[in-house]
Amino acid sequence: MHDAQAAVEIRGADKTYPNGVRALSPIDLTVREGEIVTLVGPSGCGKSTLLRMVAGLLAPDRGSVRLADAFAGRTAFVFQQPTLMPWARVEANVRLPLELAGERGAGAAEEVAHALELVGLSPFARAWPRELSGGMQMRASIARALVTQPRLLLMDEPFGALDEITRHRLDREISALAAHERLTILFVTHSIYEAAFLSSRAFVMSARPGRLTREVVIDAPHPRGDAFRASPAFTAACAELSQRLAEAAGEPVA
Amino acid sequence: MSAAWLRWIGPVAVGLLFVAGWHAAVTLGEVPHYIVPSPLLVAETLVADWSLLARSLRFTLEVTLLALALSVLLGTLLSFLFVQSRLIEASLFPYAVVLQVTPIVAIAPLIIIWVREPFAALVICATVAAIFPVIANTTLGLRSVDPGLADLFRLYRASRLQTLLRLRLPGAAPYFFAGLRISAALALIGAVVAEFVAGTGGTESGLAYQILMAGLQLNIPRLFAALLLITLAGIALFLGVSLLSWLALRRWHESEVSSPG
Ligand SMILES: Nc1ncnc2c1ncn2[C@@H]1O[C@H](COP(=O)(O)OP(=O)(O)OP(=O)(O)O)[C@@H](O)[C@H]1O
Ligand SMILES: [Mg+2]
Repeated sequence: MHDAQAAVEIRGADKTYPNGVRALSPIDLTVREGEIVTLVGPSGCGKSTLLRMVAGLLAPDRGSVRLADAFAGRTAFVFQQPTLMPWARVEANVRLPLELAGERGAGAAEEVAHALELVGLSPFARAWPRELSGGMQMRASIARALVTQPRLLLMDEPFGALDEITRHRLDREISALAAHERLTILFVTHSIYEAAFLSSRAFVMSARPGRLTREVVIDAPHPRGDAFRASPAFTAACAELSQRLAEAAGEPVA
Repeated sequence: MSAAWLRWIGPVAVGLLFVAGWHAAVTLGEVPHYIVPSPLLVAETLVADWSLLARSLRFTLEVTLLALALSVLLGTLLSFLFVQSRLIEASLFPYAVVLQVTPIVAIAPLIIIWVREPFAALVICATVAAIFPVIANTTLGLRSVDPGLADLFRLYRASRLQTLLRLRLPGAAPYFFAGLRISAALALIGAVVAEFVAGTGGTESGLAYQILMAGLQLNIPRLFAALLLITLAGIALFLGVSLLSWLALRRWHESEVSSPG
């Protein structure tokens, strides 16, 4: 894996919000093509801030965030909230990225149907967002992210609102996508089990201002199935992550 | 079913009680009809003078609807302009406020003097009276974009036009309709007030003119009939705008999604 091309390079990026909140201390992180990197950390430590910088929605105060050419403009973002347009049906919400790119017609319709099927929302294509549960809205938002077949996927606690079964199924889908489509994923989660299942590498972040602690490498090939949850590698990763998290939480807040 | 029924029965009962009480008071108290006519007499006058009153009603409605249409057109265009830059908004918005706070009765005489054509003068007066809620509400709506959706549109590199049409406009619709309801009422008030100011100078005549003339001739039943028509026109206008709002928003906006049962 280590010879793969760098998809995202973050060098010394930090961020202080205009109201004086220091969200991140300088971050150095390289995400390589085809890997899943997860970030785990306490609430408010700057995970969403980091993701927004990678997406180009927020500029770092210092340092740089660079995307490899092949990834620029092929980034999708699953926000922490579903962020659906309430005035559009589910299928229209999912179709939005295609329409903004000027894609229409049968091809687009097929891709929308496929993305909805992937998240199990096909029966609700014609529903309005307000008619969906929180978890279903989140799945619609995931379908919208996948519909453009992105190269880089940024996911901000996407499965927090889902039940365990659906969450496990989507975790498997994500692992499969990374393996088959060579999708590169930067994934934020509160669950060390999810991080252990998905990650090629996982980072624990310290409390605000967020800092990355040493990486935890989980060396098992994607796609991973439910059998992986019973493997020694998974158990070891969970143990190490939970210890790192406890350390990070015990540190004094700067 | 029963809830919808309840929503009608109340107002209708109050209305009937009011008319019955009015009739009783006028007949039992032997009030002369040039002070307060009985509801029956008002109805008779409405029928007898219908050709005259209908022409006036049509005139007033034409002024009102044209002014409302102009308010929507110019008002939304101005708010598009306002959200393009803070500088434009800061420079122009105070004048919109000036327009709003200056009583229409005070400006109407000037407009009527400057604009020779009486119909056009009345339409301008009513537009001046009605345009502000459309401007203020639509501007607020266009600015109240969900920041998450704004990020999404930026991420997918949406053009300014795409963002306006697909994000800002639909998001502003509930605000726009709230403004439209107020503007509709103001357009009618503006049309009537302006006609009062124009007085008997106008060649064609609306309901305000009929009220003015009926007052001078002490034809109180006709005055009441014209008044009734203005009220009914206002109610019809309100219902029409509410219907439009319902049609546009019923699928998704909390304000118009009918509650179950
Ligand atoms: N727009 C903003 N303006 C000012 N401060 C902000 C803004 N956005 C975030 N912050 C602050 O920056 C810090 C990091 O926020 P961020 O959303 O990145 O945290 P997070 O790690 O994603 O938390 P959570 O796990 O709860 O989602 C928080 O303390 C928050 O108060
Ligand atoms: Mg967050």
